[in-house]
Amino acid sequence: MSAPSYLHQQGLLSWFLTLDHKRIAVLYMVTVTFFFFAGGLAATLIRIELVTPQGDLLTADGYNRAFTLHGVIMVWFFLIPSIPSVFGNFLVPIMIGARDMAFPRLNLFSWYLLLGGGLFTLLALLLGGVDTGWTFYTPLSTMFSNGHVVAVICGVFIAGFSSIFTGINIIVTVHTLRAPGMTWMRLPLFIWAIYATSIILVLATPVLAITLLLVAAEHLFNVGVFDPRLGGDPLLFQHLFWFYSHPAVYIMILPAMGVVSELITAAGHKRIFGYRFVAWSSVAIAVIGFLVWGHHMFVAGQSMYASLVFSLLSFLVSIPSAIKAYNWSATLYKSDLTLHAPFLFALTFIGLFIIGGVTGLFLALLAADLHAHDTYFVVAHFHYIMVGAAVAGYFGALHFWWPKITGRLYSQLWGKITAVLVFCGFNLTFFPQFLLGYLGMPRRYHAYDPDFQFLNVLSSAGASILALAYVLPFFYLLGSLRWGERAPMNPWEAAGLEWRVPSPPPLHNFEEPVTVDFEAYDYSPEARRDPV
Amino acid sequence: MNEHFLRLWPVQGSDYAVSVDWLVIGFTGMMALFVVPVFVALWMFIWRYRRGREANRDHRAQSNLPIELAWIILPFIGSLVIFLFSARLFFFARTPPADALEIQVTARQWMWKFQHQGGQREINTLHVPARRPVKLTMISEDVIHSLFFPSLRIKQDVLPQRYSMLWFQAEHSGTYQVYCAEYCGTDHAAMLARLVVLDPGDYQHWLQDNGSAADLISQGETLYRQYGCGSCHDSGNAPPLAGVFNRTVRLADGGQVVADDAYLRDSIVLPQKHLVTGYLPIMPTYSNLLDEEAVQRLVAYLRSLPATASGDPK
Ligand code: HEC
Ligand code: HEM
Ligand SMILES: [Cu+2]
Ligand SMILES: [Cu+2]
Repeated sequence: MSAPSYLHQQGLLSWFLTLDHKRIAVLYMVTVTFFFFAGGLAATLIRIELVTPQGDLLTADGYNRAFTLHGVIMVWFFLIPSIPSVFGNFLVPIMIGARDMAFPRLNLFSWYLLLGGGLFTLLALLLGGVDTGWTFYTPLSTMFSNGHVVAVICGVFIAGFSSIFTGINIIVTVHTLRAPGMTWMRLPLFIWAIYATSIILVLATPVLAITLLLVAAEHLFNVGVFDPRLGGDPLLFQHLFWFYSHPAVYIMILPAMGVVSELITAAGHKRIFGYRFVAWSSVAIAVIGFLVWGHHMFVAGQSMYASLVFSLLSFLVSIPSAIKAYNWSATLYKSDLTLHAPFLFALTFIGLFIIGGVTGLFLALLAADLHAHDTYFVVAHFHYIMVGAAVAGYFGALHFWWPKITGRLYSQLWGKITAVLVFCGFNLTFFPQFLLGYLGMPRRYHAYDPDFQFLNVLSSAGASILALAYVLPFFYLLGSLRWGERAPMNPWEAAGLEWRVPSPPPLHNFEEPVTVDFEAYDYSPEARRDPV
Repeated sequence: MNEHFLRLWPVQGSDYAVSVDWLVIGFTGMMALFVVPVFVALWMFIWRYRRGREANRDHRAQSNLPIELAWIILPFIGSLVIFLFSARLFFFARTPPADALEIQVTARQWMWKFQHQGGQREINTLHVPARRPVKLTMISEDVIHSLFFPSLRIKQDVLPQRYSMLWFQAEHSGTYQVYCAEYCGTDHAAMLARLVVLDPGDYQHWLQDNGSAADLISQGETLYRQYGCGSCHDSGNAPPLAGVFNRTVRLADGGQVVADDAYLRDSIVLPQKHLVTGYLPIMPTYSNLLDEEAVQRLVAYLRSLPATASGDPK
């Protein structure tokens, strides 16, 4: 074995000035982990406050700032960059047989944007905070808020460009740098998912950027855009915001779906059932996802007929998700299944995603949403998907590709324990919130009716298990760097180009240019597993 | 600990609430039909095909078009049926009956204000008669709020500068919790109210005990005089207001509108928004002089004016 691994070079500068997609992926990993813990800290405060019906730990303003900080950090600085920027960066070039991304400099710059935007936002949030919620609804955010709205908006705006540039980079890479023979129908499903995600990133994020600029302009210069007293339209903001934010929820979940397709096939040692359906469903989600934003506005004052159409389209958008779930299950039929830790995370994903998706349909059901909107039912729904499922996907990816990224094996036992704890802790935390919501507990209340206490205590108890489960990998994965065994090239006996290069891969991934003459997920007995 | 300690289902305060609950239960059943098989299949396959266990692994399918189509189309058709039921309920919830009792609602950070036709006013408590449709016309004086009646399974956002509407028919007398559901700043969680549903007889008593000297219309008439509306509107410099409600108004920009509540309100607060054709834009804005509640009284007065031959209000 000749070429040194991408981790060979030492020194801080070799990281901060690197143009290697794998190193940039690691930089992203460290960054989003930091933000995950920052957002988690705020969540802890929230859950402790909600143990009792009175507002005792935090003041009303303190609580409002805590959930705003939590939402802003988690959405824009953890969930959105998590899988696309970390695993997208690490895997896209290797999986398609390329040496690097199409624009390595832009890639590094994107990371600096995310870091800068994030620190800026965090600083603003800590210096005084914002109390608008992550949704920045007008005219509360423009005319009535007393926090650092503009500073936070700038932070999110900057990070938005990180998303846009990463999206462009991935799209161009997939189009232009595929190895000879790597046709679209031979691409791993992770690539299809990341590609669809990138399209959303590039098309939707600019809308958010413009909207936020308009909010800042109204806040600073009283330009009447959203505030009706200045001649604006308050619903316009919600339309623009959700035109971005509904597709954005798919930015958070599509990549995780791609990961799960990889984990299921690798665990089952079997080609995915219905490759074309799974592949095109990612694209379908990306497209239809742009047409359903109005389901967030059924009670906001939009016309009744608009609501009917948005409701129907929301039923349509769930079809491609259902296709995936059915095909994953069918893949396990006649498989040769190893129950390793990444697979348990994939199962956790499927379980939580199905519950989250089905409850999304309840909310798309007009008459049910008139009741459930803006209650804990909605909170539970989107946490099942964005936190339960998306984080399970992220953890699954982390456990699956960790040996490839670091060259070390970690304890399978701890990995499995974590996956089970995530599943149990998550359900205990968020299932009671469906009941709370249907009972009528509105969201964003720091003090609530004593009737709701029992379920809130359950939820907080679950949250402590969940917190433990989310922190555990930090220890055993980092520990593996020191004490873990060296990882072989292909610890899971998986198919895919990334398992035919050394762990960790050499600087330019492949010593010779690759030519692809095999299908994706080739688990036939004749399949080749030798180094490329 | 009390009997509320572990309540798992909200009280049903109206027939509509009962229908919504059945819709939700029915939909849960249907979803279970589509989801449970997935979970069962997953467990079965994991058990049967785990590595090391003898099992028939021959003839592995790569894809199967009929199966794919079946699990796309069947759940979709099922959901469509439920969608239609829900759309019908939604339509019902959005279409107030013509004979509904009208009550005016004004929201502001962080309280709810209610005005009854008889001139009764209340804050954070709303008295309504049982078994009679009630229509709320709502507006906010600052940010967006949302009036939420969990026992009736309805809510509606309350917007600044724009009327929104909510209607219901409560069946059983009693007191029910009301919330603000749209996050509205610091004391959002304290923006609570009570809905007191009274049997019709008790409601009449309540109205009498709390009656003010003048009902909403005559309060509006007082304002009309006080603010000198007549100096233009009863002199020919401005369109006559008798019978203005529900009139089709021709606008200076060539369009037409029907003079509903929202139009009348806008004419008083934002006169430049719709200019009546044939008149000069001399009407001053009253947005700084009148709060939303006063505007509601004026609108009530304008609505009460019958169309007269001369076109002059009394
Ligand atoms: C200085 C004169 C003036 C005064 C005072 C005035 N208005 Fe007007 N108003 C007008 C004129 C002129 C129009 C028609 C042009 C327009 O639409 O602005 C009008 C239009 C209206 C309309 C729409 C009528 C329609 O036929 O569509 C309403 C309603 C109205 N005014 C209510 C009021 C009320 C209530 C007051 C008192 C609070 C008031 N106005 C005071 C001049 C006046
Ligand atoms: C199966 C498809 C889905 C459907 C039909 C669906 C439906 C809905 C509906 C109707 C709402 C609005 C509820 C309300 O505000 O009253 C909603 C809220 C939400 N959904 Fe979904 N959803 C789906 C999937 C997802 C996914 C995949 C995600 C995230 C990855 C997601 C995240 C959210 C979020 C974040 C909110 C609430 C945002 C807020 O108000 O703060 N949903 N969903
Ligand atoms: Cu949505
Ligand atoms: Cu509120």
